[in-house]
Parts: sequence; C-alpha cells; structure tokens
Amino acid sequence: MALATPAEEAGAVAAPAPGAHPFWRRLRARRAALVAAAIVALLVLAALAAPLLAGIEGQDPTTYHPDLVDSATGGVPVGSFGGISAEHWLGVEPLTGRDLFARIVYGARVSLGVALAATLLQVVIGVSIGLAAGLGNRFVDQALSRVTDVVVALPVMVTALGALAVVPTGFPRPVLIAVIIGLVGWSGTSKIVRAQTLSLKSRDHVAAARLSGWGPWQIARRELLPALAAPVITYAVLLFPANIVVEAALSFLGVGIKPPTPSWGQMLSDADTWYQAAPTYLLIPALLLFVTVLALTVLGEGVRTALDPRAESRLRIGTGRKKEADA
Amino acid sequence: MSLVEVSDLSVSFGEVRAVDGLSFSLEAGGALGVVGESGSGKSASAYALLGLHRGTGAKVSGSVRVAGVDVTAADDAELRALRGAKAAMVFQDPLSSLDPYYAVGDQIAEVYRVHHRASRRAARARAVEVLDRVGIPDAVRRSRSRPHEFSGGMRQRALIAMALACEPQLLIADEPTTALDVTVQAQILDLLHDLRRETGMGLLLVTHDVGVAAESVDEVLVMQSGRAVERGPVGEVLVAPREPYTRALLAAVPRVTEPRISSGAKPADDGDDGEVLVEAVDVRQVFGRGRTALAAVDGVSLSVRRGETLGVVGESGSGKTTLGRMLVGLLEPTSGRLTRDARVQMVFQDPVSSLNPRRSIGESVADPLRASGERDETAIRARVRDLLTRVGLAPESYDRYPHEFSGGQRQRVGIARALAAEPELIVCDEAVSALDVTTQAQVTALLAELQQELGLALVFIAHDLAVVRQVSDRVAVMRRGRIVEEGSVDQVYGNPRDPYTKQLLAAVPALDPALAVVRRAARKELAAA
Amino acid sequence: MKWFLLRRLGGAVFVLLALSVIVYAAFYVAPGNVAQIACGPRCSPAQVAQVSEQLHLGDPLYVQYGHFLQGLFVGRDYSTGTGVLHCQAPCLGLSYQSDQQVTELILAKLPATASLAVGAFVLWMLLGVGTGLLSVWRRGRLTERVLTWITLAGMATPVFVIGLLLIIILVTALQILPFPDYVPLTEDPEQWAWNLLLPWISLALVSAAPYARMTRASMLETLAEDHVRTFRAYGVGERALVGRHALRGALAPVIALGALDIGSMFGGAVLTESLFGIPGVGRELVDAVKHVDLPVVVGLVLVTGFFVVLANAVADILQAMADRRVVLA
Repeated sequence: MALATPAEEAGAVAAPAPGAHPFWRRLRARRAALVAAAIVALLVLAALAAPLLAGIEGQDPTTYHPDLVDSATGGVPVGSFGGISAEHWLGVEPLTGRDLFARIVYGARVSLGVALAATLLQVVIGVSIGLAAGLGNRFVDQALSRVTDVVVALPVMVTALGALAVVPTGFPRPVLIAVIIGLVGWSGTSKIVRAQTLSLKSRDHVAAARLSGWGPWQIARRELLPALAAPVITYAVLLFPANIVVEAALSFLGVGIKPPTPSWGQMLSDADTWYQAAPTYLLIPALLLFVTVLALTVLGEGVRTALDPRAESRLRIGTGRKKEADA
Repeated sequence: MSLVEVSDLSVSFGEVRAVDGLSFSLEAGGALGVVGESGSGKSASAYALLGLHRGTGAKVSGSVRVAGVDVTAADDAELRALRGAKAAMVFQDPLSSLDPYYAVGDQIAEVYRVHHRASRRAARARAVEVLDRVGIPDAVRRSRSRPHEFSGGMRQRALIAMALACEPQLLIADEPTTALDVTVQAQILDLLHDLRRETGMGLLLVTHDVGVAAESVDEVLVMQSGRAVERGPVGEVLVAPREPYTRALLAAVPRVTEPRISSGAKPADDGDDGEVLVEAVDVRQVFGRGRTALAAVDGVSLSVRRGETLGVVGESGSGKTTLGRMLVGLLEPTSGRLTRDARVQMVFQDPVSSLNPRRSIGESVADPLRASGERDETAIRARVRDLLTRVGLAPESYDRYPHEFSGGQRQRVGIARALAAEPELIVCDEAVSALDVTTQAQVTALLAELQQELGLALVFIAHDLAVVRQVSDRVAVMRRGRIVEEGSVDQVYGNPRDPYTKQLLAAVPALDPALAVVRRAARKELAAA
Repeated sequence: MKWFLLRRLGGAVFVLLALSVIVYAAFYVAPGNVAQIACGPRCSPAQVAQVSEQLHLGDPLYVQYGHFLQGLFVGRDYSTGTGVLHCQAPCLGLSYQSDQQVTELILAKLPATASLAVGAFVLWMLLGVGTGLLSVWRRGRLTERVLTWITLAGMATPVFVIGLLLIIILVTALQILPFPDYVPLTEDPEQWAWNLLLPWISLALVSAAPYARMTRASMLETLAEDHVRTFRAYGVGERALVGRHALRGALAPVIALGALDIGSMFGGAVLTESLFGIPGVGRELVDAVKHVDLPVVVGLVLVTGFFVVLANAVADILQAMADRRVVLA
C-alpha cells in the first residue's frame, strides 16, 4: 500500500550545496573527529619516518647501553624519569638500556602495520564472503552463512593463541599475526555485507537495472558496491583499533611479536615487572596505545555519522520522525 | 465555549514553517475534517492540539484551547491530564503505534489508570469493555494478545478502543485509515461514525483523502502550505467549492463512479483484436517451502494485447505485485506457462527506492541504452534529453541526482527510463499510489498520453479502484492470489458479478456526502446479507 | 517457538561439529612430528612412539578424528604399554606434558574463570546499563557529553592497561586492595570476593563501555518510536515512558550482547587472568601455548568454541522470547 510521502510536486527540493562532497563537509563539522584525524595522521607519519626520527635523535632501537642502567639495582635506568635526557628523549629501557624513543617509533610501525594488514585482510575476506552469500542462491547463502557461524565460534584471541602454538617459530611474526587476525576476524564484515546486499537486492532500482538488460556483474558493480562502501568503511575504521589491541594483547602475553622487534604491547609486557622502579617505561607505551585507539575510535564515530547523517538525527528524539508525521 | 479553539497557530521545524497562522474552532460534538496534501501542515496542527510538539525542538506560537485547557500555556501535569482523558488521538500506523511487548488489554488498562483511580482488575475490565465496543470479537481472550497477533484493522480498532477508554470529549484521528485496505477502511469509518453518534464526542479527522472526509465529518477545513484555504459544511465545500485550490484538488481526485476520461488507443468495447503481447496460463508463484509455503499468485491466466490497458486491482496481499513482476520477468513462475512476445518494462511504486541515489538520473535513464550496446555518448545524451523532455522534465536534469527531485518528478524519471528501452508493454506497479492527488492526476495523464502516442500496452496495477477505472480498458480483480473477476471496465464497475468486487466497490468512499450516507446504508445491507 | 528452538539448537550442534573438524585438522596436520610436539621436547623416542600409537597417528586423518570424536561422546581407552588408561566422555585427550587428562585439567580451571566472569559480568552490566540510562536521562546536557567521552575512553583502553594502572594505584600506591591471590569460593567466600575485586573492577571498567553506548543508542531509538509517542499522547508520564515502554525494547539487544560476552569469557578471560595470575582457563591456554602442549590447546579452543556457540544460541533465544515477532520473521 502507498504510504510514502513524497515532497509536493511543486515544492522546492533542497538544492545540493556546491563544492565539497557532503561527506567531507559533515566530517569537517565535527571538531573531535578532526583532532582525532590529525593525531592518527601524526602517528602514521611517525611510524613511516621511524628511521628518520631515530636518526635525528641519533639513536637506534637495538643498541644496548649498559652504561645507562644501574646494574646494582638490577638494571634500573640511571637518571630521573627513566633516564630522559637530550640524547635519549624518552629515556632508556630498563635492563638493556636501549633507546625508548627509537623503540616507540619503530614499535608504531609494527603495531600499526600489523593492524592495518589484518584489517585489510578482514575486509577483503568479509566483503567477498558477504557479497557471495547475499548474491548467491539459497544453497550458497546457507553454506557461507554456516561457515561464518563457525568462524564466529573462534574468538580472535583464543584462536590466535592456539595458532601461534603450532606455527614454526621461523615464520616472520608480524606477518603471521596479521594473517591470523585477518583469517578469524572477518565474520562481522561478512554479516554486515550480506545483510546490506540482501536489502539492496530487493530495492526497485536493482530490479530496474535487471530490466534494463544488465548482467549480474554489472549490477553488482553499478548498483551494489557503491552502496556497500559506506557501511564497510565505517566498520573497517572501527576494526582497525580493535586489531591494534589484539596485536598488543598477544605481544603482552609474550606470544606475539618477539624481541628484538619492538611493539607497544611487548614493551608493556616487559614493563609489567618494572612499573615500580621505572614507571615511565610502562606509562609511555600505555599512553600511546590509549591515545591511538581513542583517536581511531573517535575518527570512526565521525566517519560513521558523516557517512550516515540519519544515524545522528535518528538518535535525537522527536526530530527524526518529523517528515513522516505530516503524511 | 467551543471544544477546540485555535487562533493564529504557527508551528516551525527549524527553517520550515509547517503551520502558518491557522485559526479554527470546533463545537462540542461536532466533526471537522482537516484535508490537505502532504506538506500542508495538517498533522502538525493536529499534534499541536495535544501539545505533542513540546520537547521536540519545534517552535509553536499562537493559542490553542482544547476542552477548556490552554494547551500552549499549560504545565506538564495539566497537559498530561488533558491527553487521553479529555482529548484522545488515533494514529496512522496501528502496528507501530502500539507497544509490541505488552498485551493490548494491558496497554489500554495502563492508559485508563493514568487518568482514573482504579484497581488493575477494574482497569482490565474497562479495557475489555471498550475492546468489545469497537467490535473485537471475543474481547476477553483477545485483550491478552499482543499487537502483532492482530490484523491491521483489528489493531486500528484496538487503538480506537484505547481512545475511548476515558470517554474523551474529543477524538483526534490522524490519517486513521491510510494504512488500511479499502474494505477495512470502510469498516473503521463506519465504526467512528457509530461511536460519534453514540457518545456525542467531537471528532477532528486529519486526512489526505477527500473521500474519507466526505464519509465522516460535518465540516471540512482545506489546508495548503500551512494555511487554511477554505472552510465550510462538507456538503458545500466538496460539492461547490469556492476557492480555486479546492476546485483543483477536487478535480484531481479520481472518481470510481465516472468512466475513463481520455480514451486510449483502443476503444474499450472491442478488446479481442490486436496481437497478444504477454500471455499467462495458470501461473503460480510460491514463496517459501514446507510449512511456511505461501502461494502469492495461485493459478492466474490472462493476456495483454497491443495498445490496451489492463487494470489489476486488489487489496494488500492479493498477489497483484507478484503477478506484475512475473509479467516483466523479474520473477520466474513456480509453475504455469508465461509467454512474452514483446519488450516489457516496469514503472515501480516507490519513487525513493526505484532510482539509485548515487547515480544521476540521466545515467539511470541511459541504462537500457548502454545495456543494449550503444557506445556513442552524444547519441545517448541526446536520446536521454529527448526522453526527459517527453516526460515533462527539463533536459538539463541529466546530471542531477534523485534527491533533488520530488516524488512525482522521480516517477517521471522512472517512466523515461522505461521508455528508453522502447517497450511495447509497460507494467505500472502502484506507479501513482505514493503521490498526492494532484500529482497523481498529472502522472496518470502523462501515461495515457504516451500510450496513445506510442501505441503502448499498459498493465496498471493499483489498490485504488478509482484510479484503475480512469485508465483501464479491461480490469482484473485479484483476491488471495486469484483473479475473481475480469471484464471490460464498464462491466466490472457498472455491473459487478462477484460478491468480493461488490464489496470492494461499496467500500470506496464517495466524494458526495449525500451519496456517502446512501452507500453507508448499502454497506450495512451487504454486510448483513 | 518450538520449531525455532529446535532449528536454532540444530544449527548450534552443526557448528560445533564443524568447529571440531576444523580445529582438529588445523592442529594435527601441523608440520613436524606431531607426536613429538604433543609429547614435549623432553620425551624419549619410546615415549614419542607411544604417543603416536595412542593418537593413532599412523592412520588416516579421518580415523584419528573418529577416535577423537568417540572420546568426546562415549570416552576412549589409551593403551599405556603396561595397561589401559580409560578417559571418560567428554574426553578431550591426554596432556603428556602435565601427565593429566585434558578434560580434568580444564574442569579444574573452570571455577576460577567462572568466578571472574560472573562477578565482572554483574558489575559491568550494572555499570554499563546504568551509565547508558543516565546519559539518556540527562540527554542534551553536560552530563551526557562527559559520559560519552568517558565511555569512548573506556572503549579505547585495553584491559591490561587499565589493570596495570589499577595495580599501580590501588595496590602499590594506596595499598587499599591486595594483589589478587585466588581463593576458591568453597574455601573462604570472603577472601574469594576480596581477592577478585580488583580483576572484577578492571574487567568491568573496560567491558562496560560498549554496553553504555548500546543502551543509550537503543533507548534513544525506542524513545523515538511511534508507540512511545502514543503513550505520551495519552498522558503517560515521562518516567513510565522510559521505564515501562522504552526500557523493555531497548534492553533486549543489550541482554543478548551480555549473553554473548559472558559466553566467550567462560573460554577464559585470557588477559585478565594472565595479568592478575588467576589460575583459570585463559591462563592455562597461555601456558599451554608457551609450552606447545598441543592436546591442551586443542581442548581449550574447542571448549571456548562450545561456550561461544552456546552463548550465541542463548542470545538468539532470549531475543526471540523478548520479541516474539522475530520468530515469525
């Protein structure tokens, strides 16, 4: 039955704002998201320029400085605040005396790189499986949905731990961790994509495209994929920080990134035993991890509301329904 | 003192002024219909009577007095005492308007206890009493059901029962039958009519459907763009309107009693010549399997010939949309034979979802051209511009996006896209039902014109019997997946044989209030028979 | 409803079986000498040969899996050279490194994990839902903004970071709480709770954030629904609208999420247990991984999967019971 409420025929319909795409306009209107984006950009830059930054400092992440730790106390850094000085901007690691700043920026490479690779893998697998399930026939859909159910039953942390037990130690750890997280963490994406595809498939413009004579591939490319971009991007931006935490957690447990390769989680794991003697050694990576994940989460929120302006207005009582009220 | 006194009421939502200086009054026991197209501000006015704009960010000015309460000045407690007790409201969509988690009887009892010091048991008894009054069979048992276990009509009855619970002096009904099938609509309108006569409560009926107002009220107020255009006794305003807008509105309303205005390519009486474009023989479409299997179309045979218009009418769930989708090949019949010897296209119901919001309308219209292998960009552009012009849109619209267009314009784009494939048959699935009557009339006229000019055959699927009568040569009436009656338009509408067709036709609201009284009596007779 | 239940449980059983196949295959097709890995680095060739015999590693994979499945459902016998070791159903195999049956080993660790999970669950549900409700109640004011930021911060903090900070503040600096030393509930309920307080708080603080967000979003959405408008139009007060008409619908998804989370937590709150040294399933997993104790790892992954699948089914059923329309759809 006809219930929809079109605007009146003669009535002026909002003209599109000239210039920027509304997405960027809406994103720019959110200050918190902008600040978050700036922080993320800064971190990424620091990670990319790690050798350069360490070079400016004049240090590298692997050289031991036994002279900077006090062997009498078991390896506490000499000097206040974990040995912070003009040569060592963030101090040195207890026991070894390796430069903390260099380890932090090199660690950013590992932490961000692993999480990014894992996220990309999750998205690629999730979108493929979700799209195939949504577009395929009943049998394909059933089969793929069951596979997804099985993957859901494998919690990322536990499965990653299990998998790390059997893979030979020679395999490069960062790659291994990214692959494992990617292989077990795609179920959310595939569920979203499947649901979205099913809902899109029933829209009349897809039916119209079929009547126009397009084949399934062209329909997927023209009518479906562009519409899937928004929910997938939104979800991926939230997957990314979650993956950073998983990598940090695995390294924290001592089964992730192995020394001498630095990663934030692994530094935290070491710091666990040093927090009384050298609190900065714990606080610096903890703070960085917190800021990174928070910035990415806030950015994700911003992207979500900018991509789906209704999400915001829906949550504001009384206004979201107004259009329908005057049916 | 009047029951309702509104003076200089304005309601704005941000920049948009939905109601703009509206004044009217309603005497106790009177019935006023507020009629207008979408965006006329009629619902926003009705909401203002109960102070429902409070806390929504809408700006309300002017004065509103309902049953002695100054709504704009009242504090929250006074307002709550008014709502439901002195003036009660019935909403458009009965499913979403009831709480899905509680039994219907409990919801009514809750409202009763807000306004009366009564025990739970007494409130439940009152709920059963009013449910029984609105015609819910076996009210004691049904009062324990939750809303989704009710049919659409039953839910609207339950909502009316809730309104009756505290014996209000005023009933505000906001599009109470818009979500319902025409036969159910007639029952609800008859119920409101009886209740009003019995209880003497005032009625304020908000509707876009002039026929619904003609059936139910004594006076009408016609609204346009937030202002009152004309007000007077229903017999005067609807029979001899003074204002040009009212006249235009009434002229646009399709009438089930009048034969089609513009004749198509074929005279209505000889439909036997002309080649058959599409023929269906005993087609079925079954959705689901096993216990949940449902035959949406259950053995339908029909044929469409070149240049003719076949109207397909039916209520929701009759299978008419499924049939249309099979005719164009979007669905394969589960069984039966379907032969298609022509290029077919479809115009869809929903002007929002039928165009891809991410592609310009020119690209959408160009789809059939590109899909058929046309590569010459200049030729494509030229052809699309021609088509846009042909359906009454500016050719420069090529690069604009669907959200920049109104519902009627989007339907025109849909028609242009269908024409691009140079079809011999177009299936219009509720193509005008989402539109306001004036827009509806324009789009219907466009379709008729195109048909004549291009010799198109049309299958016109709709729930609105009047619209179908206006455009069709032949009509098929569908019910529960089957065609119950088929014949020439004059025969089916003038001399229906099937009891269901008779029931349908009797349920269509009449525009003439005097006729409405006669038809109401006829409906009662038919129901008693 | 009956059909829905049957279908849902049938699906769960299928997923569990598929899971066991995948996990079994993944671990026992691992490169290298599986018997040597399972037995541990200090095993003599004779011991390795015995393990190989016990796991039927000479047979094709599906036969091995068949024995595994048999152990799971009816129990199985292991020949030890001198006699027969019976492993009762559900038999998850033998841990050669700790010389114990995996099932017994896991069962011994479950109480600690359950203590942690249940206590934290109660805390985080109260905290999360409470925060969500408060921010709806004070919507549009400063309180809401502050709560939103606290919630975001909560989402951004890994449990091991907040746990470490709490240890530094509450245990080392202020010395209000003891460093957890797990005491079973059956031994001393008071010490049990006192020692678990810190892990509970840490876990609750990080887990509550998604619940606060979900409660808030879900409440705002229900409050904007038509049926709430109906009752507002009938003079029902704001308190009853929120408490009776909005909360019921809004809490259904929150409770379903709770069922999911507590389910996966029964498979071990790996990080919390490791950080606070709670002898639970999660810490056992970390130890088993470090020592490459293959049968234990396989058993634990399966047990976790079992709890997750169970929780998924329970969550679905809870939601269907709260909203009967789901069943019809």
